[in-house]
Amino acid sequence: MTNLLEIRDLHKRYGTVEVLKGVDCSMRQGDVISIIGSSGSGKTTMLRCINMLEEFQGGTISIDGQEIGYETVGGVRRRKPEREIARQRALTGMAFQQFNLFPHMTAAGNVMLGLVKVKKMSRDEARGLAEKWLDRVGLLSRKDHYPGQLSGGQQQRVAIARAIAMNPKLMLFDEVTSALDPELVNEVLQVIKGLAEDGMSMLIVTHEMRFAYEVSSRVIFMNQGRIGEEGNPREMFLKPKTERLAEFLKTSTFN
Amino acid sequence: MTYSLNFAAVWRSFDLLLQGLALSLGLAVVAILAGCVIGLITAFGLVSKSGFFRKPAGLYVTIIRNTPILVLVLFSYFALPELGVRLGKIESFVLTLAIYSGAYLAEVFRGGLIAIPPGQREAGLAIGLTEMQIRTSIIIPLMLRNVLPSLGSTMISLFKDTSLAAAIAVPELTFEARKINVETFRVIETWIVASCLYVATCSLLAALMRAVERRLAVPR
Ligand SMILES: Nc1ncnc2c1ncn2[C@@H]1O[C@H](COP(=O)(O)OP(=O)(O)OP(=O)(O)O)[C@@H](O)[C@H]1O
Ligand SMILES: [Mg+2]
Repeated sequence: MTNLLEIRDLHKRYGTVEVLKGVDCSMRQGDVISIIGSSGSGKTTMLRCINMLEEFQGGTISIDGQEIGYETVGGVRRRKPEREIARQRALTGMAFQQFNLFPHMTAAGNVMLGLVKVKKMSRDEARGLAEKWLDRVGLLSRKDHYPGQLSGGQQQRVAIARAIAMNPKLMLFDEVTSALDPELVNEVLQVIKGLAEDGMSMLIVTHEMRFAYEVSSRVIFMNQGRIGEEGNPREMFLKPKTERLAEFLKTSTFN
Repeated sequence: MTYSLNFAAVWRSFDLLLQGLALSLGLAVVAILAGCVIGLITAFGLVSKSGFFRKPAGLYVTIIRNTPILVLVLFSYFALPELGVRLGKIESFVLTLAIYSGAYLAEVFRGGLIAIPPGQREAGLAIGLTEMQIRTSIIIPLMLRNVLPSLGSTMISLFKDTSLAAAIAVPELTFEARKINVETFRVIETWIVASCLYVATCSLLAALMRAVERRLAVPR
């Protein structure tokens, strides 16, 4: 069986600064992997490469066996056509730290946009699905509200519904609770837990150690552009093998 | 010598002024609509990462914004025919005002584009939209909301610039007023009435733009 996600020797530079220095990672259908690590270690960059929000200079990323973003023709590596990349981006869903809801559309409108424009659904069909997912994140009653009328936690749940409604094979979460007031963090984490229980495959960048411990099937510790250590949450948090990880866990709060 | 006001002669020619006003509005609407299209395309050029689009867009804006509009009007009416492009008065003026407004509107639109957080585009990409779909569904609607206040005042100044068409004898409001002035010698009355027509029209335009602004305002 092919892995859902297969990252091989991923290298990424910003200008001359290499921020990913050869990352390898594979993931199976239904895996929930948390990515932890100190600021600047390359967690966000890794997620952004997976859905081609960033270009990368070396290595390959494949989802369900299809190579993402680049193809090698006659020994020359080149970017795939933009249409193809857009189609591949729809294989993954992403939730951002800053939510990035479209402010001029209602909650339902935000969820419907991709369904109508990318999945080519009729508006009625899209509305039905949007309502189903808004209900799932507990916001059906807010479907006609604009992002500016919603709390941060509610906005993030709409953003998750918008991503999930596209039926991605893999969800990417980038510190989705970091911009939230502490009392709103939990409602968002509960939604993600629910998705995990449904078998959604997820890569979750987080600073919430307790959550990572509870929800993940595997944890990856990023350190200076490389994977410093990985394993099951129990081993990682309770018996870190590397000095680096032990150090990192000491400085982070586990609550 | 005292000048006693007498509007009778001006009222007699009032329908000429109204016809002039109608033409002024017509010139403005066509030119500004074309200018919006030119301005939108140019604005995307101005914010493009690629110099291939950015440089020509920048050159166009620089040249047009640094040339007085009267010079552009005279150039296209008197100089273009020498270069083999022969246009009627009205066509020549509309073309000039469209190109002129394109440059100003490009700057207005650019301001609206750079105020949009990059996360909006990325969120669009993440759900699989193409760059073009992102532009039409997200970027342009947000940009328009950002620029509506300054767009209104730009449009009003472009409308007033139609008075320069009088220089090439296009029979718009200013031209008609000057004709009435010459024929009736009611200098003050004629220009008071003409000014009032400009003020009234511009106020209406401003009210209209504010209504659009309210209509499109994002609820919060
Ligand atoms: N657009 C960019 N241009 C240049 N350098 C960048 C850019 N984005 C990120 N970097 C650099 O790449 C490195 C990795 O950044 P990244 O955002 O992936 O870290 P992170 O692990 O997500 O950190 P954090 O926990 O703070 O979010 C950092 O050194 C950062 O300064
Ligand atoms: Mg980050």
